[in-house]
Amino acid sequence: MAVIEVKDLVKQYGSHRAVDGVSFTVEEGEIFGILGPNGAGKTTTVECVEGLRKPDSGSVSVLGLDPRRDGRELKQVLGAQLQESSLPDHMRVEEALNLYASFYRDPADPAHLIRMLGLEEKRKAPFAKLSGGQRQRLSIALALIGNPRVAVLDELTTGLDPQARRDTWDLVEEVRASGVTIVLVTHFMDEAERLCDRLAVIDSGKVAAIDTPAGLAARAGEEQRVRFKPSRPLDDALLLALPEVAAVDRSGGQVIVSGRGNLLSAVASLLAVNHIVAADLRVEQATLDDAFVALTGRSLDHP
Amino acid sequence: MSSFAHLTKIEIRLLFRDPLAVVLSLILPTAILLGLGSVPLLRERNDELGGIRFIDYYAPSVLVMSVAVMGLAIMPGVIATYRERGMLRRMRTTPIPPGALLGAQLLVGLGTALIAALLVVVAGRLVIGVPLPQHPVGFAVAFVLGIAAVFSLGLVVAALAPNARVAQTFSTILFMSVMFFGGVYVPLSMLPDSIARIANYIPPGVGVLLDAWTGTAPPVLPLVIMGAVTLGLGLVSARVFKWE
Repeated sequence: MAVIEVKDLVKQYGSHRAVDGVSFTVEEGEIFGILGPNGAGKTTTVECVEGLRKPDSGSVSVLGLDPRRDGRELKQVLGAQLQESSLPDHMRVEEALNLYASFYRDPADPAHLIRMLGLEEKRKAPFAKLSGGQRQRLSIALALIGNPRVAVLDELTTGLDPQARRDTWDLVEEVRASGVTIVLVTHFMDEAERLCDRLAVIDSGKVAAIDTPAGLAARAGEEQRVRFKPSRPLDDALLLALPEVAAVDRSGGQVIVSGRGNLLSAVASLLAVNHIVAADLRVEQATLDDAFVALTGRSLDHP
Repeated sequence: MSSFAHLTKIEIRLLFRDPLAVVLSLILPTAILLGLGSVPLLRERNDELGGIRFIDYYAPSVLVMSVAVMGLAIMPGVIATYRERGMLRRMRTTPIPPGALLGAQLLVGLGTALIAALLVVVAGRLVIGVPLPQHPVGFAVAFVLGIAAVFSLGLVVAALAPNARVAQTFSTILFMSVMFFGGVYVPLSMLPDSIARIANYIPPGVGVLLDAWTGTAPPVLPLVIMGAVTLGLGLVSARVFKWE
C-alpha cells in the first residue's frame, strides 16, 4: 500500500524552480531515501509532504490526507525531524519529550523513547549541554513522540562523528522495525546505501531515477573489473577470447580485465587451466557513487 | 494537562532558569524605586509637583519600566530566538495550534509584568510610604490596557524579526521611546507640556497612570487609544507572523 504519493510536484522561489515535477510513492514500512546534492530540492520536497510549504502545482497525499487541507490531522500521524532545529538552551531532555507528548492525541511513552534512544543519563540535562549526537537523538525522539505512522528524517547524520552516525543508523532500522514508514533525506551515499530499501535520486529539482540501491548501481553499468598480478606472463588474446571479457589493460605488473556477466569465474577458470596463480586479485563493481555520476554527470561527494 | 497549559508551565520554568531575565523583569524596577526612595531629598514634599513627593510622582514611571523590560526588552528576543533556531518550525510540524506558543509566551510575559508591578506597588507602600493607587478601578483599567498596548508593540517585533539581533535593534528603539515618554529617563514634570501631553497616548500612558494613582479618574480617550493599539497591532502581528 502506498503511504505517500507525490505527483508532479512543482515549487518555485522567484525565478528558481526548486522542485520541478517530482513524483514518487513510498510504500508502507519501507525506508525511502531522497538522495541528492545540497540545493537539489530535497528539503523543499519533504516540506511539501510535511505540510510546511504549499506546492505551486502537483499533488501530495500522505495516508490519504492532503498536507495543506488536513494539516492538523496529518501532524498527528507524521513525525518530522528537521534540519537545524534546536530547543531552548535551558529546556531539559525529559521536559522537551513530555511537552511534545502533550501536543498529540495518542503519544508514545517519553520514558520508553528516552531508553530506546539511549538518553537515560541525560534525562535532566539541559539542551545546551548535549553533544551533537545526543541532540540528534533527541530530535529523532521528538519526531517519534506522537507515535507517527510516517517519519521524515532530514539530514539525520550531518555533523555527527562516525560512531554516532552508525548508532543513528541502527536506530533508524529499529524504528522501521517497529512499523514506521521512513522517508530519509540525505546527501550521503553510504547512508543511502546502508539504510534505504529504495531511493529517489534528485538533481536540480528533478527525479533522475528511483530504484533500490543495488538497482541504481547496476544502471551505472553492468561492467565489472578484475585486477590481478599473474604469476607468469599471460597472453591478452586468451583473455579476450572469453565471451565475458570486453577489454584487457595493463598497468605495471597488473592485468585489468573489464567485462560483464560472470567475469570473475570465467577469468579464474582460464587462469587455473593455464596454471597461473593470480596475486592481489580484486573485483571492482559499480557503486551507488558511480550510479550517481552516471545519472547526474557529477559526483555527490566531490562537487 | 492540555498542551497550552503544558507549554505555559515550561515557558515559566525557562524564564526562571534565566537569572538575568528574572532580575531585570521582576527585581530591577522595585530596586530602582527603593534606591531612589532612600534619598531623603526625594522623599520631601515638592511644591512644583503639586505638593506630592518626587518618589510618589516617579512611581508610575517605574511601572512603565517593569512593563517595558518584559514586553520589549525580553519577550520579542525570546520569540525571535525561537524563530532563528528553528524551534517555531519544529512546533509547526506538531498538531499544536500555531497561536499556542505565542499565547503561552504572552501569558507568561503579562503575568511577569503584573507581578513586577505588584512588587513595585507593595514595596513602595511598605518601605517608603508611596500611597496605594487612590483610584483603584481606574488604575487597574489603565494599567491593564497600558500593559497590553506595550506588549502589542513588542509582538509586532516578535512576529517579524528573523533573529535575536534584529529583534534587539527594533525593540531597543521601542524600549527607549516607551521609557522616555514614560518619564523614566527624565521626569515628565521637567519636560515641555507638549511632550507630557503626548506621553498620555504613548503606551502605556504614564500620565493616565499617574492621574489614577493620585486619585483622578483616568480620561477616556487615552484608554480607548491603548485598546485600539492593542487590537490593531495584535491583529497585524497575527497576520504577518513568520514561522521561519
